[in-house]
Amino acid sequence: MSAITTTAKVRAVTGNQAVALAMKQIDPDVVAAYPITPQTDVVQTFSQYVADGAVRAEFVTAESEHSAMSACIGSAAAGARTMTATSSAGFALMWEVLFVAASMRLPLVMTTVNRALSGPINIHCDHSDSMGGRDTGWLQIYNEDAQEAYDATVMSFPIAEHAAVRLPLMNMYDGFIISGAIGPLVPLSDGQVQAFVGEAPPYKHLLQPNDPITVGPFDGLHGWYFEHKIAQNRAMEAALPVIQETYDRFAELTGRRYHHLMTYGMEDAEVALVVIGSAAGTARSVMKQLREEGIKAGIVKIRTFRPFPTEELARVLSGVKAVGIMDRADSYGAQGGPLYLEVLAALYQRDVQAKTVNFVYGLGGRDLFPQNIEDAFRTLEAAAGGADLPYYRIYLNMKGE
Amino acid sequence: MKWDISDIKNWGPDRHEPGALIPEAGNAKYYKTGGWRTERPLRDDETCTQCLFCYFFCPDASVIAEGQKVVDFDYDHCKGCGICAVECPVDAITMHPESEFRGKSE
Repeated sequence: MSAITTTAKVRAVTGNQAVALAMKQIDPDVVAAYPITPQTDVVQTFSQYVADGAVRAEFVTAESEHSAMSACIGSAAAGARTMTATSSAGFALMWEVLFVAASMRLPLVMTTVNRALSGPINIHCDHSDSMGGRDTGWLQIYNEDAQEAYDATVMSFPIAEHAAVRLPLMNMYDGFIISGAIGPLVPLSDGQVQAFVGEAPPYKHLLQPNDPITVGPFDGLHGWYFEHKIAQNRAMEAALPVIQETYDRFAELTGRRYHHLMTYGMEDAEVALVVIGSAAGTARSVMKQLREEGIKAGIVKIRTFRPFPTEELARVLSGVKAVGIMDRADSYGAQGGPLYLEVLAALYQRDVQAKTVNFVYGLGGRDLFPQNIEDAFRTLEAAAGGADLPYYRIYLNMKGE
Repeated sequence: MKWDISDIKNWGPDRHEPGALIPEAGNAKYYKTGGWRTERPLRDDETCTQCLFCYFFCPDASVIAEGQKVVDFDYDHCKGCGICAVECPVDAITMHPESEFRGKSE
């Protein structure tokens, strides 16, 4: 994050307020949503903007998240710029229709405030919800703090609506840790947001009576389902440069520069942690302390998870002796959490010879203390010196052992 | 059909419309579903009072009416559900197994 300049107007807001402000400034045509902790005050705040006449947007109060996403799909198919937000069980209830939104190539934008899935019932942060949805065909951007979440929201439509992409996009940030905690935000002016987002490139939709179309048709055994799925994946590939171009255009406007991967100390790192979300802040501060001790520690924060920046990651991690991959979601019965598997595949394919281990942390909102990060780095440091790493996950801050 | 799909069997992923949309409307008529039928409705013109109940009840728009008179069934799309026969107040419509018509033209 770039330093906040003395002339910039800094506001103290929660992550949710930051995103609601971005939604107000974008002023989409339609927001259809259902409230769920910890996302609630995104749509609650936005609905207040609607009630106050501060936005033009049509606000649809749906009776469930399945309905909310279905309304969003109908809205986008009719050519309306459409947004929503959810968390956890709400995300899970959208499951079926998330695939429909992506396969219909509708440029929806959704905020997913990360929260654990039941059970036991738990309202706190982990990444089980959106990580479970990583193969729905949506673009996925993970954000560290309120500023990143705000900026990512502003950047969303130019990516999702890009003619080469035309895919729905979800922005994530950590429930409570970011959604409810107050942090600094340097917002853009309404005019800057409107100019940056701009007009959507034209696409065929249902409210063009002189050019009627059929959407969501049946495609049977002898049809082209297979080809349409390949086309979706090609759009994902096309999105990677489009996302970076959008990040770059945003940097010209704000000075805040984003990449698929944000790296810290990776120029000469011998041990590195790969992280997603708010844990990056804790990890970075521990990394700096360890560097003062002479440990060549580095951090790779993944922002763009879908599409996965494989080449870039392999390049960044080449030359590192030991890599710890930090998952805030587990994949039961798998060899590790979702991020671990993704990173391992990238390293193996590109023949990057680093020792690797999976650190699973923070499930159901379990704290991640600086000491846990330090322990992780010490484990990697020992591995870099020749010690073996376990094939199985190492759980950080687990009770009883 | 305005949309030229004469070569669609050879289309690769990039040739299709994004999102599998079809760039025209009302094209279900090109998909002939009459082959799903196991029972065929037949109408006796002598008994029929032209009340048009069958026309309105048909869930598939497969009863053909011209000048407010029922003239035929659209066997390319009729799935043989039999609602017309049930709703007919004078039993002018009867259902017959398709096997009776095997090899005969409609």
